[in-house]
Amino acid sequence: MRLTVQHRTEYRYSQPIAYAIQTLRLAPRSNDGMAVLSWRVRGEGRSELPSFVDGFGNLTHCHAVNRPHDFTVVTVEGEVETRPGDGVVRGAIETLPTGFYLRMTPLTAIVPEIAAFAAEIGDRLLPVDRLTALMEAVRRRVDYRTGVTTTMTTAAEALRVGAGVCQDHAHLFIAASRTLGIPARYVGGYLWTGEAAPIEASHAWAEAYVAGHGWIGFDAANRTRPTEAYIRTAIGLDYWSAAPIRGVRRGAAEERLGVSVQVMSTQQ
Amino acid sequence: MPAVYADAFDETGLPGPCLPHYALIRRWLDETPRDFLLHKRREAELLFRRAGITFSVYSEGSDPERLIPFDIVPRILCAEEWARLVRGLVQRVKALNAFVADVYHEREILAAGKLPAELVLLNDGFCAEMQDLDVAASAYVHVAGIDLVRVGPNDFYVLEDNCRTPSGVSYMLENREAMMRLFPNLCAKHRIAPVSHYPEELHGTLQAVAPPGCTGEPVIVLLTPGAGNSAYYEHSFLADEMGVELVEGADLVVDDNLVFMRTTEGLRRVDVIYRRIDDPYLDPLTFRPDSLLGTPGLFNAYRAGNVTLANAPGAGIADDKAIYPYVPEMIRFYLGEEPILANVPTYRCGDPRHLAYVLDHLSELVVKEARGSGGYGMLVGPHAAAAERACFRAKLVARPENYIAQPTLALSTCPTFVENGIAPRHVDLRPFVLSGREVRIVPGGLTRVALKSGSLVVNSSQGGGTKDTWVLERLPET
Amino acid sequence: MLSRTAESLFWLARYMERAENVARMVTVGRRVASVAQSLGASGDEWLSTLIATGCDRGFFHKYSEPASDAVLDYLVRDPDNPSSVLSCFETARRNARAVRTALTVDMWNALNETWLTTREFAAQLSDPDKVPTFLDWVKERSQLFSGAYGSTMLRNDAFYFTRLGTFLERADNTARILDVKYYVLLPQDEGVGGALDYFQWQSILRSVSALRSYHWVYHDRLQPWLIAELLILRPEMPRSLLSCFDQIARHLDLLAEAYGGKRGECHRLAGETYAQLRYGRIQKIFQSGLHEFLADFIDRSALLGAEVGKLYLN
Repeated sequence: MRLTVQHRTEYRYSQPIAYAIQTLRLAPRSNDGMAVLSWRVRGEGRSELPSFVDGFGNLTHCHAVNRPHDFTVVTVEGEVETRPGDGVVRGAIETLPTGFYLRMTPLTAIVPEIAAFAAEIGDRLLPVDRLTALMEAVRRRVDYRTGVTTTMTTAAEALRVGAGVCQDHAHLFIAASRTLGIPARYVGGYLWTGEAAPIEASHAWAEAYVAGHGWIGFDAANRTRPTEAYIRTAIGLDYWSAAPIRGVRRGAAEERLGVSVQVMSTQQ
Repeated sequence: MPAVYADAFDETGLPGPCLPHYALIRRWLDETPRDFLLHKRREAELLFRRAGITFSVYSEGSDPERLIPFDIVPRILCAEEWARLVRGLVQRVKALNAFVADVYHEREILAAGKLPAELVLLNDGFCAEMQDLDVAASAYVHVAGIDLVRVGPNDFYVLEDNCRTPSGVSYMLENREAMMRLFPNLCAKHRIAPVSHYPEELHGTLQAVAPPGCTGEPVIVLLTPGAGNSAYYEHSFLADEMGVELVEGADLVVDDNLVFMRTTEGLRRVDVIYRRIDDPYLDPLTFRPDSLLGTPGLFNAYRAGNVTLANAPGAGIADDKAIYPYVPEMIRFYLGEEPILANVPTYRCGDPRHLAYVLDHLSELVVKEARGSGGYGMLVGPHAAAAERACFRAKLVARPENYIAQPTLALSTCPTFVENGIAPRHVDLRPFVLSGREVRIVPGGLTRVALKSGSLVVNSSQGGGTKDTWVLERLPET
Repeated sequence: MLSRTAESLFWLARYMERAENVARMVTVGRRVASVAQSLGASGDEWLSTLIATGCDRGFFHKYSEPASDAVLDYLVRDPDNPSSVLSCFETARRNARAVRTALTVDMWNALNETWLTTREFAAQLSDPDKVPTFLDWVKERSQLFSGAYGSTMLRNDAFYFTRLGTFLERADNTARILDVKYYVLLPQDEGVGGALDYFQWQSILRSVSALRSYHWVYHDRLQPWLIAELLILRPEMPRSLLSCFDQIARHLDLLAEAYGGKRGECHRLAGETYAQLRYGRIQKIFQSGLHEFLADFIDRSALLGAEVGKLYLN
């Protein structure tokens, strides 16, 4: 399936700020299930932003505006060709051993509640079945609701509150999976929903490693394994290491963020 | 005359006659009136105070800028002793650098089963952001402070490796300056190997690791957390001696993955950063998002190959206390050599068999946090009260993987000027090892001395002092 | 050089100068207050000192009445007052510590020892008798610092920024001292030319160590317009506004030269103010109002400081 992405992030400030910088993990790299046909990450008035590959293998761009400004914008335009699949990632760039993805992070810290939650999954024979059950359990326990959590919300907090967005589902899935001794990681990307109207956020899900299969995607928010509607852009231990955009600015001003994400299918 | 105790001269010829390289000192101490020494010690204090050579001690009420006590009796090593140490230090630091390079690339040492993979991969010191990054000259630990203790005439142990942002080298240099001012005659009678070229060596090391794209003279800066940091004096001292700018995070700005400093003439490109800010605070865009000390985007520029950070982020994996027991194995694996300097036998409490032993022998062991420093959170078994031991026992049982234990060592002593005269006090030694395209060591290091009688804790935050360390090129004529 | 380094040099010089000026004003304040009642003064002497040092706002935040003990304490050693002598030394030393490598050893020693001794002194200052000795010592220390940097610093941009700090602060202080006498302490009609008036003018001159200079320059009894002329327009008076702006304009020019000719609004502003002082007449100034003139000057100085910051320090 051919998917195009148009992703625009606008920053408006109540008064001019001196400097702003963002790290962007918004560029997919091809794997067996997805070929990147074209992809451009641009800042305001620039053709292409400087980039590097980070430790996780993510293509990372850096956007800096070093002059007084009250407006700036980052745009992503790209096209990929995806293939139907079973949610197993094949042919992707792997830089770190699977065992690394058992690490805890502050956002995925394992507290007794999470250990108890993971224990409820029960002792199914096949790891894939356990993970599928975990995905269902995560979605059952954490209702999909925006505005309840932030990017700083931990897996434990999301579990306690019982509500959150795709990021929280991914964090809880990851923390629980690691509790079970299964390496798991955070994935950021885009999702084609069939809707024509732009939405205000990109998507996130999780991957877990099962020997004999490899890395398998689990989108707990949508109770599914990734399909050909998914574009995988960045991986990390949690939101902070895979964040689509991390930014810092200098100057006292209020920021108004305008995000517009449009994923379209060019072939019916 | 000061009372010179018979056992004052250990290091470690004891019991026996005073070692030949201490002979002149011995005579000098015998001949010098106590009041004169007292007077000189006060003068030294004034010297340090005036120069502002102070050390901030965290969470203390009174004086925010405290002096580290300076002992006026030098610690002396003879040329042969030093030569052997140098060989051992070069070997060890080469292996540590090779280990860090390997850990962030192919991880051959894990594949070879020389140390457990999870010890590295799940270690807080392991910095995934460093994976696959090629750094100039494959140097990661540009400045290492290797803490040594001595337990016999020829037995030095490495107590710990400091591979992140080791400090103390300014004391090594200032102590020498103080000694030459206070006791010019005494110094002149010894052939003391000089140390004052350390800043030059450091500068040369940093120049040698400029990024490949840097043409011409690299611009080097020293990045400090600021005047509130405990080692701030050292930062400004080294910047001054090297003739480089002392910058704070806010003085740097990243644009187009390049690093600049803000100057009165506009932005100026920076090539090499000798950073004395810890990893988590370097760059809020990559590490702790709440850090105000660092420079946003700095790591991006590093990763893009446009700037060198020294020491490299993630170099701390090499000095982790849980990794420490495997350093001899690293030396064999990477260099194909037998270690010249030995490790202190270490029990990893995360290993159930080791833990059982430790719990059984708590009163004989020193227990440390696997990831602590500064002598905090440490149990010295033989000196601890029963209640303290019980408290540690509980901690050990609860989180064994957080602790390591080592036998209590019979540390060497050096003659030290204390209230009752010249008495033996336990010492350690931190030589500073520089790695760029080659390994360089300035003869000597920082000798830290436990000023309390019998104490084995030399940390300045715990009431330790320092001494000048003399490496004699020739034995003194007596 | 680093912008932060330049900024610290600029401010440490300002604070050392301010410490001296506050000490001078407190010394005079004590003198005026001690004879004020017998001369029938209004009792505003300490108030005028607070205004002259720019500390009145902060003071009345803390106290309701300008009683002498309270004012003394506030101006000399109150850590809450950023312009108290103690705070000035503290701030100067903090700035110095942040840019140690840009200082000469003598500068550092002057600053560091000042700070070390101040901390010892501070404990004794609750005894009012100790205060005069302390104030004299403060003046000495500030002058020691000026001497240290004047005689040891390389004549490069670091020196120019330090100089700018010293003279901007000094100009501001001279203007304030004069304005306070003229505006706040202005006696009732019957008092002009009387004993109190004379005594106050004399004190102003004393505060800037210019009583003898006045006599050398004018060979006349104390006349307000001559005193104003001396402190505003005379080039031979080192604390006059003209002298200060001569230095400021000159060092801004040197900076522009050092930096390849780049100039900004601060250069224009300094040149304009300098020309106004250089070619000014005291009669004209009095005609259009001395207070208005000084208030305008103080505003311009502040603006100049901000413009220097914009061009070099941010």
